[in-house]
Amino acid sequence: MEWLNSVWMKIEAAFITKDRWMLYLKGLGITMEVAIFAALIGIVIGTVAAFMKLSVTRKGKPSILAKIANIYIDVIRGTPSVLQLLIMWFVVMKNCHNGILVASLTFGINSGAYVAEIVRAGILAVDKGQTEAGRSLGLNQFQTMVYIVIPQAFKNVLPPLCNEFIVLIKETAIVGYVGMSDLTRVANQMTSTIYEAFTPLIGAAVIYFIIIKLLTILLGLLERRLRKSDNR
Amino acid sequence: MITVRDLHKTFGDNKVLCAVNYHIHPGEKIVVVGPSGSGKSTFLRCLNLLERPTSGEILFDGQVITDPKADINKVRAQMGMVFQHFNLFNNLTIMQNITLAPTKLKLMGEEEAKENALKLLTRVGLVEKADAYPSSLSGGQKQRIAIVRSLAMNPKVMLFDEPTSALDPEMVGEVLEVMKELAESGMTMVVVTHEMGFAREVGTKVVFMDGGNIVEENTPVEFFANPQSPRLQEFLSKVL
Repeated sequence: MEWLNSVWMKIEAAFITKDRWMLYLKGLGITMEVAIFAALIGIVIGTVAAFMKLSVTRKGKPSILAKIANIYIDVIRGTPSVLQLLIMWFVVMKNCHNGILVASLTFGINSGAYVAEIVRAGILAVDKGQTEAGRSLGLNQFQTMVYIVIPQAFKNVLPPLCNEFIVLIKETAIVGYVGMSDLTRVANQMTSTIYEAFTPLIGAAVIYFIIIKLLTILLGLLERRLRKSDNR
Repeated sequence: MITVRDLHKTFGDNKVLCAVNYHIHPGEKIVVVGPSGSGKSTFLRCLNLLERPTSGEILFDGQVITDPKADINKVRAQMGMVFQHFNLFNNLTIMQNITLAPTKLKLMGEEEAKENALKLLTRVGLVEKADAYPSSLSGGQKQRIAIVRSLAMNPKVMLFDEPTSALDPEMVGEVLEVMKELAESGMTMVVVTHEMGFAREVGTKVVFMDGGNIVEENTPVEFFANPQSPRLQEFLSKVL
């Protein structure tokens, strides 16, 4: 009983006293805000980059756009995201005072590189025969893409894209580096407020876990629905 | 209708077609046979420029379609193509598969295209599959739909790239039947196939390709009864 009592006291100190749960909630808000904006930016940038990377010259060689996309992907994948955040925060956008904006842009640009590869792979995974059939009927490249290839690629892309979003939610934890109070930083600061590390840190971990578990379940449902339309 | 002049095609160092010349008249049913690797599929795919010839000229209805300035999409709209692996659009229903190109290319209105599709589906006996997706069809059904999809464009010529090679044996007949009917309706056809029976029965000319060249060409009767070149004699002795 005494043991249980002490656990409860810790929980009370970490979450309930002085409405401290509000801090976690606000932190979670920032985490999700950054993750969602970043995902949207990442999908836009990634899709554009994927099509740039797939573009070829008339002779079938990679175009100049493809080379630009390659450089972007290489640079982003070749440097730590913490460093990218620091560079954006203290160099590129040092006059911008909207933390959410800077963080979203940073993670969006970062995520775009990975999304580009996901989208590209999804398009390449659609059988070449589909394109050939479209073109043989007289549809042009664009029409074939829009009506035939992209709808099929979408199904390939969705699971890894959701995976990327999950990674993004956790990766935003590094915004603490530039002083933004996301969920991880709130928990971390709480340890020095109440002189106890276990409860707030585990608490934050549980919150991340629940959010991501919910997303995974949603994704599973969505995937099953998409697959159903395959065998109607 | 189609004239091929000095057609060459190389993939890297691999010479697939070497100085092919041929002329296809309207209404002819050309059956192309030959061992694998002889370039017959590549030849067929060059006709609608799914493969870009390395050099040489192809004329369709008097127009040089190998000219970079030619509108290849317009040309392809008049040439139907049927593939070995059907290549039905997996994301669309059978009806949508058939009406997509005619409506998007503004050759027909939505209603007209649907009516036309139903007529064609009735012709191949698959009208009840109009709202099904390709994944629920058998191979033979898929290929019959693929033929219908091409026909919906009212093509002047139909190209068949080994249309029965990926089918279970018992489904070959139903597809050949549709092709036979099509031939009787007067369609100009170029068919790459291993079905010698079809070549004999339906072809107006049989062409034998080997090593990237047309080795021999004749009427079906002469082709099978009196093969001239030793290479063809050897080929026939193996496949007949």
